[in-house]
Amino acid sequence: MDPRRTARTVSDPKVRQVGFFTPAPPERSISDPPRFQDPIQPPSPSSTQVNDQSPSGNSLSPVMIPPAHHHSDNFLRTALQATSPPKAFSYSAKTVTIPPENEDVASSFSPGRKVVSAKSPSSFPGVKASSVPASELTTVSVVNLPPGISEKAGGASVEVQNDRPVSAKTLKEKTSKAERRALQEAQRAAKAAAKAEGTKASSAASKVVTSANTKPSKATKPSSQKNDGSQVAASEKKGGDRAPEKDRKKDAPHPRMQYDDKSRVEKAKKRAVVKQTEARNRVELFRHLPQYEHGTQLPDLETKFFELDPMHPAVYKVGLQYLSGDIRGGNARCIAMFQAFKEAIKDYSTPPEKTLIRDLTARISSYVSFLIECRPLSISMGNAIKFLKNRIAKLPLALSESEAKSTLMLDIDRFINEKIILSEKVIVKHAVTKIRDGDVLLTYGASSVVEMILLHAHELGKHFRVVVVDSRPKLEGQLLLRRLVRKGLSCTYTHVNAVSCIMQDVTRVFLGASSVLSNGTVYSRVGTACVAMVAQAFRVPVLVCCEAYKFHERVQLDSICFNELGNPDAISKVQGREEINYLDGFVNQENLQLLNLIYDATPSDYVSMVITDYGMIPPTSVPVIVREYRRDHLWS
Amino acid sequence: MDFQVVVLAGGNSKNLTPLVSKELPKPLLPVANCPVLNYVLHQLEQSNLKDLIVVVEGEDAALLVGAWISGTFIDRLHVEIAAVPEDIGTAGALRAISHHLTAKDILVVSGDLVSDVPPGALAATHRRHDAAVTTMLCSIPVSGPLESGSSGGKDKAKKLGRYNIIGLDPSKQFLLHIATEIEKDARISKRILHAVGQMEMRSDLMDAHMYAFKRSVLQEVLDVKDTFQSLKEDVLPYLVRSQLKSEALLNRTPQGEENSTEKVSSQNNQAFISRILANASTPSFHGIYSENPDGSSSTRKTHKCCVYIASSSSYCVRLNSIQAFMDINRDVTGDADHLLSPNNIIGPSPKLGTKTTVGPNCRLGEGSEMGDKCQVKRSIIGRHCRIGSHVKVVNSVVMNHVTIGDGCIIQGSVICSNVQLQERVELKDCQVGAGFVVTAGSEYKAESLAKKEK
Repeated sequence: MDPRRTARTVSDPKVRQVGFFTPAPPERSISDPPRFQDPIQPPSPSSTQVNDQSPSGNSLSPVMIPPAHHHSDNFLRTALQATSPPKAFSYSAKTVTIPPENEDVASSFSPGRKVVSAKSPSSFPGVKASSVPASELTTVSVVNLPPGISEKAGGASVEVQNDRPVSAKTLKEKTSKAERRALQEAQRAAKAAAKAEGTKASSAASKVVTSANTKPSKATKPSSQKNDGSQVAASEKKGGDRAPEKDRKKDAPHPRMQYDDKSRVEKAKKRAVVKQTEARNRVELFRHLPQYEHGTQLPDLETKFFELDPMHPAVYKVGLQYLSGDIRGGNARCIAMFQAFKEAIKDYSTPPEKTLIRDLTARISSYVSFLIECRPLSISMGNAIKFLKNRIAKLPLALSESEAKSTLMLDIDRFINEKIILSEKVIVKHAVTKIRDGDVLLTYGASSVVEMILLHAHELGKHFRVVVVDSRPKLEGQLLLRRLVRKGLSCTYTHVNAVSCIMQDVTRVFLGASSVLSNGTVYSRVGTACVAMVAQAFRVPVLVCCEAYKFHERVQLDSICFNELGNPDAISKVQGREEINYLDGFVNQENLQLLNLIYDATPSDYVSMVITDYGMIPPTSVPVIVREYRRDHLWS
Repeated sequence: MDFQVVVLAGGNSKNLTPLVSKELPKPLLPVANCPVLNYVLHQLEQSNLKDLIVVVEGEDAALLVGAWISGTFIDRLHVEIAAVPEDIGTAGALRAISHHLTAKDILVVSGDLVSDVPPGALAATHRRHDAAVTTMLCSIPVSGPLESGSSGGKDKAKKLGRYNIIGLDPSKQFLLHIATEIEKDARISKRILHAVGQMEMRSDLMDAHMYAFKRSVLQEVLDVKDTFQSLKEDVLPYLVRSQLKSEALLNRTPQGEENSTEKVSSQNNQAFISRILANASTPSFHGIYSENPDGSSSTRKTHKCCVYIASSSSYCVRLNSIQAFMDINRDVTGDADHLLSPNNIIGPSPKLGTKTTVGPNCRLGEGSEMGDKCQVKRSIIGRHCRIGSHVKVVNSVVMNHVTIGDGCIIQGSVICSNVQLQERVELKDCQVGAGFVVTAGSEYKAESLAKKEK
C-alpha cells in the first residue's frame, strides 16, 4: 500500500475530490520504470490549497495575449491617412478617355468625373459562343475615398461621439478653454430650453426668459457643434479601418474569463466578432464556462463573411472550421491554425511608420481572439501561439520585411515538423517497445498518436488485438476503428459503459491527451479518466502518449475550473434517429439542465507512464520536462 | 476575402418583352421606381463588396447601365462594366471576361435577383467546404396576386412545369442532382447515389442564381466545354454530375501550386500533415469514396458541390417573368419593404385631387398628379405621371411619364413609360409597351400591347 495515497484520502476530508478516486487504490504491479516521488505534490493539505490557488493566480494561461501597444496610435493613424490617396489614384489610373464618336452618350455621365466608358470596336466581333472574344472592362464608378472611411464621416459624427468614449476623450483634450466654456454654456442653455419647453403652457413669462437665454446659446452652439463635428470626423478618419481591430485586440477577452461574471460577459459580448447568444439553462457548477446556443453562431458568422476586413481569409476559414467542428483534435487544430497564420504572414506587409514586430504581434493577437470566439483554444494551441509570438519578438530589428517573413514562415514550418511530426515519430518509436506479441491494447476515443503507434506496431509484424472504446455523442472512435480495420488490425469496438467488462482481457491502455499539466494530471477527452480509473482498478498499466509541446505548467486538480462545454443538443438528441425524442420540448424547461463536457482531468495516480518525445517518464517528472523544454526550445 | 464579384446584369430579356426595350434594358427596369440592378448592387454594397464587374449584354445597354451606375453609385462602388454580345448565355458572358478573373473564388450574381440573403453566407459555406461550386437555393416564392383574382389560379397552373428538381445529401450541405425542368425521367448518377447512400429529392427549392465558383475550376470548365451556354443548365449540372469522377484537370492546378510553394518541407511531412488534418474531420462522402479499399491515399479525384439554403424567412425572388415582376413590385412595397434602399424614399408627395384615395402598399413617384375621385390600391406609380379623374388603379405598375385619361380602370397591368391612355380605357392583366397610345374607350384583357418595331 502506498501510504501517501491512503493518507490523502482518509485524513483529509476537507479536500474536495472531484474526478475519480477509488477509496484505496491497490498498488500497481507493472514492469514499467519505478515511480518517482512527486516533488510538487506533497500530501499535506495545506500545500494542496496552495496548489489550488495557483492556476487562477500566478500561473500564466497558455493563451495569454500581451497588452496592446498604443503609444504611437495617432501618429500611425495619420500616416495611414496620408498613404490612402495613392490607392484612390490607382483606381483612376485604370480609366480611359472618351473616344470622340461616343460623346453624346458620354455626356450623360456626370461632368468632372475622370471615369468614362471606353468603346473598343474589337469587343464585338463574332457572336459565336465558342470563340467569344475577350471583352473590355470599363470603369464606370470609382471610390475616391479610401475604403473604411465612409463619406458620411461628418454626418455620423454625433453617433460616433456617443459610441466611442475614446474619441470623445481626445476631443476633450484638444478643445481650448474657451471652447469648453462655450460647450458648457450651450449645454446649460439647452437644458434650460428643454425645461422651458415643458412649462411653456403654464407661463408665458418664463418663455421670454428662456428665449432670451437660448439666444446666446444658439450663437455659440453652432460654432462648438461644428468644432465637434470636424474633430470627431477627423479622429474617425484617422481611426480608419485599423480602429476596430485595435479595439478588439485591446479588450481581447481573457482566456480564462469567468462567464458567471455578468458585467464582464456583457463587455466581452460588445466586442465579439461572433454573435453568441448564451444558453439559458446552465449547470450550476459550470456557470463560469462559456456556453452558447449552438447553431446561432455559424449562420451569423457566415453572413458577416465580407465584413470582417482585417481578418485574413485563411484564418477566417479555420475559424469557420473550428466552429462547425470540421477540424477536431489538438494536433490538427494546431496545424490548421499555424498554416493559416503562415498564409497570413505571407500576405502581410507592414504598414508604413510601423514596425513589423509590433504590428504583426497585434495582428496575430487579433486573429487569435477571433479563433477563441469560434472555439476556446486548446492548451497546445496556446503553447504554439506563445512560441510564434516569441519568435516575432525576437526577430532582429535589422532584418528586412521579406527576410523577417520568410524567417517566421520557416519557424512555423520548423515548429510543425519538429514539435508535432517528429515528436510523434519519436513517441511511436518509444511506445512500440511496450507492445509485445499477444497483447490486448485498449484505446479510448481517437488520438492521432495512438493510431500511429498501433499502425506502426502492426507494420512491424507484432501480433496484438485492439479494443477501441468510444462514447457518445461524437463517436470519434468509429473513424479510428474504420482506419484500423482497413489496415488489417483485429479490433473490438465497445462503448465506455462496457469498459469494466472488457478491461479483464486488456494488457495495456494507450491514451492520447490534450495536455499534461505539471502535477501529472492528464487533461483529455471526457471519459479518459473513467477508462484510466478502471484500468487502474484492474491493474492494467495506463500509458499516456503526449507530445511535449502540449505540456503546461499549470496545476489543475479537477476538471471544473477549466473545461469546455459542448453543444447540449448533441446529448439530448440522437442523430439519425428521429423517433428518440423523449426530451423534445423539455430542453428549455427551467428545471432541466444539460451538461455536455468536452474534457476531463485524470489524476496522475491513474497514469503509469507518460510517453513523450523525451522518452518515457512517470507523470511526476512532467515539471522537469516543462522546465527544460521551455528553456531549451520554446524560448530559444 | 479574395473574392471577385461578377454581376450578370443581362440585356434585353425575351420573357419581359413589352416591358424592356432598347431604351430600357432589363437591368434598368424599375421595381418600385428603382432599377432592379439597384437591389443587387445595394446588397453587395451592404456586404462590403465594393469592387464589382457588371456584365451587360449588348453595347447600347452597357452604355445605359454604365451611365446609370456612374450616376448612382459614384464614390460608393468601384464598378467595371463589360459589354458582351447578346445571346451568348451566362456561361458565354463569363467566358468573355474570364481573363479578368484573378481572385481565388468568384461570386457570380444574377442582376435580376431581389433578395435579402447576405452573399457572405454563401461565400462562407463555399470556403468552409473548399468547394468547387456553391449555389444558393431558396424556397419558391408565392406567385400571383395576394387577393385570389381570376388570374391567380391560372398563373400558378402555368408555373407548374418550372420546378427545379434538386437532390441533396442527408446533411443538406451537398448538391447531388439538379435538373431544371421536369422531364419524364430523371437520370441520377448511380455512383453518387451509392457513395452517399441516401438522397433527398426536393422540388420546393429554387436556384437563386447566386454562385460561388472556384476560379480554376470555372475557367477550366469554360475553356474545355466551349459549347456550354448557360451556367444553370450546362455548367452547374456538369459539375454536379462529375463530382465523383472529376477529371484530373479540375484538381491539378491547385495541387501544382501547393507543391511549388512547399518546396521547403519535404514531401513526406506534407503527406503526414494532410493525413492528420484529414483524420481530424468527419469525412464527407467525397472523402470516403475517394479512399481506396486499403485506406491508402486517393487515386480518384473528386470535387465538392455545396449548397447554401436560404432560410425560409428571407426574401429571394428573381425577376425573370412578367408575373415575377408583378410579384416583386407587390412584395417590395408590402411584405419585404426592408429591401428598398434608403435613397429610394419618395420625394415630395404628389398632388392629389379631392376625394382621391391612395391605399396602403402604394408608392407614388415625385411630380405625379392625380385628378379627383381616383382610387389607387397596391400599385406603383412612377414619376411625372398625369392621371385624370375617376381613375381606378389596382394591382398595377405604372412607370414614368404616363398620361392616363379620365375614367380609366386599370387592373393587374403594367404600363411602361410615356404611354398615353385616352379616356375610359379598361385594362385588365395587360402589358403596355413604352410609348404606346391606347385609344379612347378601348377594352383589353390579358393582352400585350406594344409599338410595332420598325
